[in-house]
Amino acid sequence: MTKTITDVICPFCGTLCDDVEVVVSDDGKKLLEVANACVIGTEKFLHSQSADRVTKPRLRQEDGSWKTISYDEAADYTAKLLAKAKKPLMYGWSSTNCEAQSVGNEIAEVAKACCDNTAAVCHGTTLIAVQDIGLPTCTLGEVKNRADRVIFWGCNPAHAHPRHMSRYSIFPRGFFTGKGQMSRKLVVVDPRCTDTAKMADIHLQIEQGRDYELLNALRVALKGEWLPDTVAGIPAEKIREAADILKSGRFGIIFFGMGVTQSLSKNHNIDEAIALTKDLNEYTKYSIMPMRGHYNVTGSGEVFAWQFGFPYSVDLTRGFARYNPGDSSSIDLLCRGEVDAVFTIGSDPGAHFPISAVKAIAKVDSVCIDPHITPTSGVSKLHVPVAFNGVETGGNCYRMDNVPIDCRKVVDPPEGMMTDLDFLTMVCNRLKKLKGVA
Amino acid sequence: MANEITVNLISGRTIQQGVAIESGKEKPSYRTACGIIEMDPADLKALGAWRNTNVKVTSAYGSVVVKAVEATQGPHPGVAFIPMGPWANSVVSDNTYSTGMPTFKGTPVKVEVAINEPVLLGVELVQKQCGVKVG
Repeated sequence: MTKTITDVICPFCGTLCDDVEVVVSDDGKKLLEVANACVIGTEKFLHSQSADRVTKPRLRQEDGSWKTISYDEAADYTAKLLAKAKKPLMYGWSSTNCEAQSVGNEIAEVAKACCDNTAAVCHGTTLIAVQDIGLPTCTLGEVKNRADRVIFWGCNPAHAHPRHMSRYSIFPRGFFTGKGQMSRKLVVVDPRCTDTAKMADIHLQIEQGRDYELLNALRVALKGEWLPDTVAGIPAEKIREAADILKSGRFGIIFFGMGVTQSLSKNHNIDEAIALTKDLNEYTKYSIMPMRGHYNVTGSGEVFAWQFGFPYSVDLTRGFARYNPGDSSSIDLLCRGEVDAVFTIGSDPGAHFPISAVKAIAKVDSVCIDPHITPTSGVSKLHVPVAFNGVETGGNCYRMDNVPIDCRKVVDPPEGMMTDLDFLTMVCNRLKKLKGVA
Repeated sequence: MANEITVNLISGRTIQQGVAIESGKEKPSYRTACGIIEMDPADLKALGAWRNTNVKVTSAYGSVVVKAVEATQGPHPGVAFIPMGPWANSVVSDNTYSTGMPTFKGTPVKVEVAINEPVLLGVELVQKQCGVKVG
C-alpha cells in the first residue's frame, strides 16, 4: 500500500507552492509520484530518488580523484579549514532552511567570515534600492484577491516561477477578482517576446538595458507631461496607453526580476520602479514585489538581517558586522583574490558566478555542501552531500512575499545521510573547540 | 553572409534549464538545455549558420562554444540569449560597479561558426577553465 501526503511544500522557487501531493511507499523510504507541482518541482522531488546520487562525503586527492570519507572526517576538515583561514567566504544558504542558516551564522561569527547569499547574483541590487527608498509591498494573497493590474517587468514567470501565474497573479479567481484572468490587465516589459509576454494585454518590447528610461517615461506619462517620440524603443503613444491602463485599476502590482537587477543601471532601475509605484499610489493602490528565485533566499536575507543587521554581503572579519556591497560582496572578494577559503552551501556559484570568480574558488581550499553533483562540487576540494531540504527534512522557509512557511519531510534520506543542520552543528562545535570558544 | 557577427548577449532562466539543474548538472541534458545560444532567424542568416550549428561566442571576458538554435521566445534581432549556467557565465562581465552584482545582461559578444568544436558538459567546462585536475 502506498501513502499520499497532501499539502507538501515545493522547495524549488520563491513561489513556495504549498499544495503539492506526494505518493510514498508504505515504509516511507521511497518517493513514487508527485502531483500538482510544476515540471521543475516534480523533477526536484524525483531526483532525490535517483540511484546515482552521491551519499557519502568525498575528498579530492592529489591525482584529482575522489576519496570517500566519513561525515566525521568531513566535519573535521571543514572546521580546520575555517579555523585556519584568515578571510573565509561562506556563500549560498538559499536552498537550505532558516534553522541551518542560523547555525551557519554562528559558525561565521566564530570563523570571522564573509557571509553572502545568492541575492549576490539575484536581487542584491533590489536590497540596495529598498534601503535607499523603501518598498511598498503586499502578500501574494492580496495579489490573488485584489490585483486587477499586473506588471511583469524583466521577469518571465512562465519559465522561472511556473505556477506563480496560476496560483496568485493572473488566473486565480479571488475575492475581488471573481472572473480570474478576465478581471486583470497584464503588462509585460521584456526585450524578448517571452512566453509571459505572449499572454500580455500590452507587451513593451524594450531595448535591452533601457529600463531606467522607460520607468522614468511612465512616471512622466502618468503626469501627462511631454515625452520624446520614442523612449527605450517604445513609441510615446504606447507608453501613454500603458500609463492609462496602470492608472485605471483598483489594485496594481509590479513584479520585477533579473531583467532590471542585472542590467547595467542595477539598483537605480529598482529605485525608479519603486518611485513609479509611489507615483501610482497617487491615483490608486499599488504594490511592488521582487520575484525571488531560490525557495529560501528570502529567508536567508531575513536570518542575516535578524542576526547581523544586514540582508547579504556581510563581512565579519573585524569581529563585528560590516555591510558594503562592492567591497564585502562575494564576487568582488573573489575577483580581487582576497579570500583564502570558500565554503558553499545550498547554491551553485560554480555554475552561476562569472568564470573569473569561479577560478578564484578553484585556487583556494574549499568545501561544497550540496546534495547534487554541480560545477561547484567539481572545483571544490571537499564535497559533502546532504539530505534534500524540503523533501528529506523539513524546516522553515520564506516565500517571496516574506511569508514564513514550514517545509515538510516526505521521505527518509538514504541511510546514514546527514541533514544540513546536523552537519553544520557538528562543524560549529568542532570549530568552537579549535578556536577555544566555550 | 558573414563569418562572424556581433550581438548583445543576455542570459536568464528557461523551464528546460530549471528541469536540467534539478535532474543533474553533470548530465548531457544540462548541456542540451543550457549549452545553447538562442538567436533571431535574421541574425542566424546574417551569420550564415544553419540552425543547430556549433558556434564560438567571444566577449572581452572569455569565450565558449555553444550550439546556435533559433530563438524560442523571439523575435529579438540583435539580441542573443544563453540560458543561465556556466556557458553564459564564461563570457559575461564580472564588473559589479560596486553593487556586488555582475553585469549578466547586455554583454557585447562576437559569434562565429565553429562547426568542428565540441560543446563541453557543464561540470567539465568549468573544471577545464579553472584548470582542475580530474582523476
